[in-house]
Amino acid sequence: MTLNLTLIGQSITFMVFVWFCWKFIWPPVINAMRERQKAIADGLASAERAERDLELAQDRATDQLREAKEEAQKIIDQARHQANQMIETAKNDARAEGERLKEAQMAELEQEVNRAKEALRGQVATLALVGAERVLGASIDAQKHNQLLEQLAADL
Amino acid sequence: MAGGTGSSAEYIQHHLTNLTYGQLPDGSWGLAHTAEEAQAMGFWSVNVDSMGWSIALGLVFCGIFYAAARKATPGVPGGLQNFVEAIVDFIDDTTRSIFTYKNDLIAPMALTIFVWVWLMNLMDLIPVDWIPGLASAMGIHYMKIVPSTDPNITMAMALSVFVLIIFYSIKCKGLGGFLGELAFHPFPKIAAPVNFVLEGVTLIAKPLSLGLRLFGNMYAGEMIFILIALMFTGGLVFGVFGGVLQWGWAVFHVLIITLQAFIFAVLTVVYLAQAHDVESEH
Repeated sequence: MTLNLTLIGQSITFMVFVWFCWKFIWPPVINAMRERQKAIADGLASAERAERDLELAQDRATDQLREAKEEAQKIIDQARHQANQMIETAKNDARAEGERLKEAQMAELEQEVNRAKEALRGQVATLALVGAERVLGASIDAQKHNQLLEQLAADL
Repeated sequence: MAGGTGSSAEYIQHHLTNLTYGQLPDGSWGLAHTAEEAQAMGFWSVNVDSMGWSIALGLVFCGIFYAAARKATPGVPGGLQNFVEAIVDFIDDTTRSIFTYKNDLIAPMALTIFVWVWLMNLMDLIPVDWIPGLASAMGIHYMKIVPSTDPNITMAMALSVFVLIIFYSIKCKGLGGFLGELAFHPFPKIAAPVNFVLEGVTLIAKPLSLGLRLFGNMYAGEMIFILIALMFTGGLVFGVFGGVLQWGWAVFHVLIITLQAFIFAVLTVVYLAQAHDVESEH
C-alpha cells in the first residue's frame, strides 16, 4: 500500500506506451480514417455531380426533342402552305385559261356570224334583184342599180 | 481460498498485499514473504505483480492496436480495424471537443490512458481467487492482478500527466506567465501570497484527484469482490447468494471500469487544455 519504486517504474512504462501510441498507432489509424472520410466525401460529391449532369442532359434532351418537334411542325406547315398556294395558282391559271379559251371561241363565233351575215347579205341582194326583175319584167341593169342594191343590202 | 489461510481478516489482508521485491530484513534481496516484510522494504522496492500486469496489459493494448495500425487501410476496413477505429474515433471526437489547441500528443495519450486503464480495471472482473490461487499453486505467495488498485500505478500516471501539465504550462505561457497565473488570481496582485496558496492547492489537487479517484474506485470495487468472495465459505445458501451478488456487482462494475477509464482520459485532456489556455483569466 505504500508508495515505492513501482511509482517510477510505472511512470517510465506509461511514457513508453504513450510514446509508442503517439508514434506508431495513432497516425496510421487516424490517417486511414481521414483518407476514407475524404474518399467517401469525394464519392458522394461526384455522385451528386453525376446526378446533376444527368438532370442537365435530360433537360437538354427534352429541349432538343421539343425543338425538333417544332421544326417538324414548321416544315409541315410550310409544306401545307406551299401546297395550298400551288393549288390556288393552278386554279387561277386554269380559270384564266378557260376564260381565254371562252373569249377566243366567242370571237370566232362572232366572226362566223358576221361572215354568214355578209354572205347572206350578198345573196339577199341577188335574190332581191331577181325578184325585182320578175316583178318588173325587165332586166335591171345591175350596174345602174348597183348603188340602190348596195343600200338595200346594208339595210338588211 | 488461496493459500489456505485461516480467518477472514487474513484472507482480505492476503488479497490486498502486493508481491513485493526489495531488501529483506536479513539484508538480501528477494520477494517479501509477509505483508509486514513488504511494508518494511520502504521505497526501494517494486510491486512485481502490479508492474508485471500493467506492462503486460500495456503490451496487449499496443499489440492489438499496432496490429490494426500496421494494416490500416483507407479502403474497406476489417473487423479489427473497425474495432480499433471505433475507439480511436471516440477518443478523437472527445479530445477535439475539449482540446482545441494544436498538439498531436494529446489524443494518442488519451487513447493510451483510456484503453490501458480500462484493461487494468478489467482485471477486476476476473474472480478474485482464480489467478492468485493459480500463483500460489506455483509457489508465488502474493498476487494482486488489478494494477489500478495499486496507488503506485495510478499515481504514477497522474504524476506523469502532472509533469506534462507543468511542461506545457511553461511552454505555452512562459515561466513568468505560469507563475503569474498562480499568483495573480483569483484576487488582485496585492494578495499574491494568498493567491499562490489557493492556486497551488488547485494545481496539486489535479494529479491527486486524478490518481486517487481511480485508485479509490478500483480499490473499493476490489474490496467488495473480496468481501463477496468471503461468502463462498459460508455454506450453500450464502454461497449461492454470494454468487448472485458477485454477478450483480460485476455487471455494475463493467460500467464503473469504463467510466473510470474514460474520466481519467478526459480529465487528462481537460487539464492539458487548461495548461495550453493562454488567454484564460482565472
